[in-house]
This record gives sequence, C-alpha cells and structure tokens, in this order.
Amino acid sequence: MTFKYDFDWPMLLEDPYKEWIIEGVTTTIYLSLLAWVIALTIGIIIGTIRMTRSPWLRFIGTAYVEFFRNIPLLVQLFVWFFVFPLMLPHDWMLSWNRLPHIPFITALLALSLFTAARVAEHIRSGISSIPKGQFDAARSSGLTEVQIYRYVIIPYAFRVMIPTIASEFLTIFKNSALTLTIGVSEITSSAKAIEAWSFHGIEAYSVASVTYMTTTATVVLFMGWLEHRLRIPGLIAKK
Amino acid sequence: MDWSVIATHLPFLMKGLWMSVKLATLVVIFAFPLACLIAVGRISSRSWIRYPSAIFVNTMRSNPLILIVFWFFFLVPIIIGRPVGDFASVMIGFIVFFSAYFTEIIRSGIQSVGRNQIQAGLSTGLTYFQTMRMIVLPQALRNMMPALITECVIVFQGTTIAYVVGLREFLNSTFLITEITLRPAELYTFAAIVYFVVCFAGSSLARQMEKRKVRT
Repeated sequence: MTFKYDFDWPMLLEDPYKEWIIEGVTTTIYLSLLAWVIALTIGIIIGTIRMTRSPWLRFIGTAYVEFFRNIPLLVQLFVWFFVFPLMLPHDWMLSWNRLPHIPFITALLALSLFTAARVAEHIRSGISSIPKGQFDAARSSGLTEVQIYRYVIIPYAFRVMIPTIASEFLTIFKNSALTLTIGVSEITSSAKAIEAWSFHGIEAYSVASVTYMTTTATVVLFMGWLEHRLRIPGLIAKK
Repeated sequence: MDWSVIATHLPFLMKGLWMSVKLATLVVIFAFPLACLIAVGRISSRSWIRYPSAIFVNTMRSNPLILIVFWFFFLVPIIIGRPVGDFASVMIGFIVFFSAYFTEIIRSGIQSVGRNQIQAGLSTGLTYFQTMRMIVLPQALRNMMPALITECVIVFQGTTIAYVVGLREFLNSTFLITEITLRPAELYTFAAIVYFVVCFAGSSLARQMEKRKVRT
C-alpha cells in the first residue's frame, strides 16, 4: 500500500480555481433555496389535496407523489432536460430554447417537483399525526372548518413538521449536486473541474465536502434552536 | 415517436439494467452487515467507539452520493496504488455511503424495542447476547423491515449515479443509445417507465409491510 500524493492547498485560492469555487457555492445555495421554496409551496398543496374528502383530488395527489418518488432524480433531470422541450408545441419549444440558463431552469424545475412529492408526504403524515381530539375540540368550540385549520391544526402541524421541512432543504442541497450532469456549475461540478485541471482531487473534493458539511451543520443547529423556541409545552417531548 | 428504437436496442439496454440490479444487490449485501456493526457502535456505551461511528455516519449523510462517488473514484486507486476498475471503485463508494443510511435504520430499529424487553429477557435468566438474539433483534428486524425495503429502493435509484463515471448501468446504456440513435424522447421515457415499475413494486411492498406491522 503506497500513498503518494503532493498536497497543494494554496492553489485553491488562485485563479481560476478560486472563481470556480465561489461560483459553485453561490449557484448551489441559490438553486437549493429557490427550489426549496417552490417545493414547499407545491408540496403543501399536494399534501393538503391528499387529505381532502374528494377521491379524485386524493387520487391526483397520490399519483403525483408515487410518480415523482419512484423515478430516480437523475432520470427525471434527463427527462426534463432532453425530453420535455421536445414535447412542447413548436412555438413554445422555440421560446423555451431561447431562455437564458436553460440548465439552471431545468434543474430548478426537476429539483422542486421531485422534492414537492417528499414534502407532500411529510405534510400528510404531519397532519395525520394530530390527535383527532384536536379537531373535535376545535369544532365543538364553534370554529369553522377554515378556522380550525388556521388556528388549531396548522400551528400544531407546523411545529411537528419543522425538522422534516429543514431536512428537505438539506435533501435539495445535496441533490443539487446531480445537476452537474446537465451542465449547472454548482460546487460539485467546480470540484470535478478543478480535479480534472490540476489532478489535485483531494483538495478539490474537500472544498465541496466542506461546503456541504458546514451547511448541514448550520441548518441542523439553527433548526434545533428554532424547534426549541417554538415548542409547545408538553407536546414535542424533549428526549 | 418511433418506439422501434427500443425494440432494436433492447438487449443492450437490458444488459445495462442487469448491471444496475447487480450493483444494487451487491451494495445491499455488503452495506447491510457493515451497517449492523456501525449501528452497534453507534449505541455502544464506550465513547471511543460511539464517537467515530457517529462522525462516520454524519459525514456520509451530509455529503451527496455523487461527491462520495467522485471521492472514491479518485482515492481508491491512489490508496491501493493501482487502478482497480470502475466497477470496484464505484461499488466501494456506494457501500460506504449507503452503510451510513442503513446504520441509522438499524439503530432506530434496535431502539424501537423497549428497554423493558431487555430487562424482562435478562430477568428470565437469558444472557445479554441471548436477549439480543432471541428477543430484541427479531422485533427490531420486524420493525425496521419497511424502512429497509424503502432503502433498497433508494439504493437502486442511487445506482443511476454510476452514470457520471461512465459505468454502463441502465441509465448510462440509455444515454449511449441516445447518442447513436438521437431518439432521447423514446429512450428516456422508456428508462423512466422501467425505473418506475421496479421502484413502485419495491415501495408498494414496503407499504404492505408497514400496514401489516400496524395490525400485529
């Protein structure tokens, strides 16, 4: 077993590598934040649809979740990138191809739709975890259906769901690395490029790993704090 | 749309699918025992075992699989000192990465069995290992079965990432055929359908088991 490797950490601070790293980190954060917001919005809608009484709406919600969860994200990216533009009517296809940053837009679309399915599942299990007594109590105190959700269920469910909503941000954050396959220059692709140019893989991949790990640690700490702040006494028991 | 392109290249595509299945199966076979060891380390009372296990699991879980694959693709030949082939490098990366996820499933499975079960076992005169083997593990395994199957589906989905290093699994084979035939619409739709069918079967099985678990 021989380990021959010359470390050269300062090279990361030189151009063009420094610029690639900055661009990669910015793109990763920007892409994941945007996709997360969209995923939460769609996910909440789909999750709520699955809780309604209408069997049709429920079916649509379930179909959405099953569809997006059972196809690997990389395949979804390829379908959005290679197949989706071909399916559009001719005029639309032309205007789609004229859009700037097509890889970024495609990545945003794929990531948010994929994650929305996961969010929808969390919303559903969050709402079903609420004891039925809460609904009964709210109804018997004379609240309307909308008020029940607005004042009782959502504040309750929201707190239960904070950890999962946060972990979905981290999921998107990590999944955004896949978008390098369609040419988005996020941090993993910057690291790959640095490795390919300099053959200093350890330094290059360390930058990417450190980015992911510090972000994860920050989000986990922040959410722990938030969860603690918003805790309803006696509800989310501290272990 | 011209679906005949799929029929023409079906043998090549199926070879790719077989590669994906093989990769996923091998990864699960190797990652699971490894994860059992790390899970035991994770709940160990000795801190010099517990902390390294926790650091390993959290490191793997906070990095994307694709980056882990790049890491191993780069590092394995350097550490071993000679090229070991794409398949081995990718597989080692997958095993290490997924063992962290399996660890968490196994750990929560073991912890889902109440402490009083262990006490009851010990008080009937069983040794610690007998209690583990005959009382805790059978219950733990049943509790974690749905999550394990879901994770196997995720491993299968994860094999698509071998695409980035050019391993000829199903997605990569599909990609190669699109390069030749210039028929991305049919081929990627076909790939999506195949993945959907396999993964849907897996996740339906997991759901069935979840239901049965609730009933018993």
